[in-house]
Amino acid sequence: MNAIWFLLIVISVIFSVIDGRLELFTKSLFEGAKSAVEVSLFLLGIVALWLGITKIIEESGLIHRLSDLFRPAVSRLFKDIPQDHPAVTSITLNFLANVFGLGNAATPLGIKAMQDLQSLNKEAETVTFAMMLLIVINTASIQLVPFTVIGILSDFGSKNPAWIVSPTILATVLSAVFAVATLFVFRKFFK
Amino acid sequence: MKTINLISQMIIPFFILLAVAYGFVKKVRVYDCFVSGAKDALSVVLKIFPYLLAIFIAVKSFQASGAMDFAKGLFSGLFTALNIPIEVIAMAITKPLSGSASLAVFTDIVKTTGPESIASLISAVIMGSAETTFYVLAVYLGAVGIKRTRYLVSVCVLSDLVGIIIAIAVVKFLFSLR
Repeated sequence: MNAIWFLLIVISVIFSVIDGRLELFTKSLFEGAKSAVEVSLFLLGIVALWLGITKIIEESGLIHRLSDLFRPAVSRLFKDIPQDHPAVTSITLNFLANVFGLGNAATPLGIKAMQDLQSLNKEAETVTFAMMLLIVINTASIQLVPFTVIGILSDFGSKNPAWIVSPTILATVLSAVFAVATLFVFRKFFK
Repeated sequence: MKTINLISQMIIPFFILLAVAYGFVKKVRVYDCFVSGAKDALSVVLKIFPYLLAIFIAVKSFQASGAMDFAKGLFSGLFTALNIPIEVIAMAITKPLSGSASLAVFTDIVKTTGPESIASLISAVIMGSAETTFYVLAVYLGAVGIKRTRYLVSVCVLSDLVGIIIAIAVVKFLFSLR
């Protein structure tokens, strides 16, 4: 991340100088700061909502029963998570929210899953393989029907906006498989 | 597709009912419990905020600097040679960086090239099959304070690149069958 952040900033400054866009560059910094605050406030709301709900299912013991239920599916990929650990449930809920395109639930439940996985982490500041797997699957964005995209296509008069559903599923599954496979290959070569 | 839409609409209300009803049966003080869980969100979002700030100012300034136009110029030869509409370049670069900006780029492509054009269809599939990678990285890693990311970022960037190639290939193939 350090290299990428450094490159983005340096490239942006160099291009602003060349293109004479220094004023726009400075303005964009403050715009970025503003949207960070706006997005954080939005996150605060939905994360609070889902942490409240997941607290209830933890307190009632439902989370362990769900973990037992989901375990066969999740444990194939996530081998290091102990039996009936809450992480199994939060990971499954995060995946379900992604598949059904529920973005406002997917991110908070992903954060919850990261917290649950962090409780199994021996080195607090180093990412674990399970966390990487969770993040990689999330960035591959497995989604059955992209409702927003279909909405825009039909707004502009598409006769058959649902045509994109099958290529989207095909592309998203192929790229998710590639991403997960790459992660497992990297694990072999980099310890 | 209607069924999926219906399930999507039902899943959250049903889950919340299950959580609250099961809690009530197990004699959990559901209201107090909800509030104490929700309280933790403040510290989580406080942890995430500086990471988000760093990502957002980098991405916004990158967009404002004109580097995007340069990248478009750089790739336009390649895309023309492969018979891929050059509009897709902006989509491919913006999608991993910013959700709102990629939605704007997508809407613009649909508006200018029409909803049935191959540029719109490829962009639609990229919109649906790729994710704003750097936002996800900032939020997920920031939430638990991870600093050493090992090979995670390399895998994400490589997968984004391949994901976009897959999206283009899939649409071009299916489009040719139409």
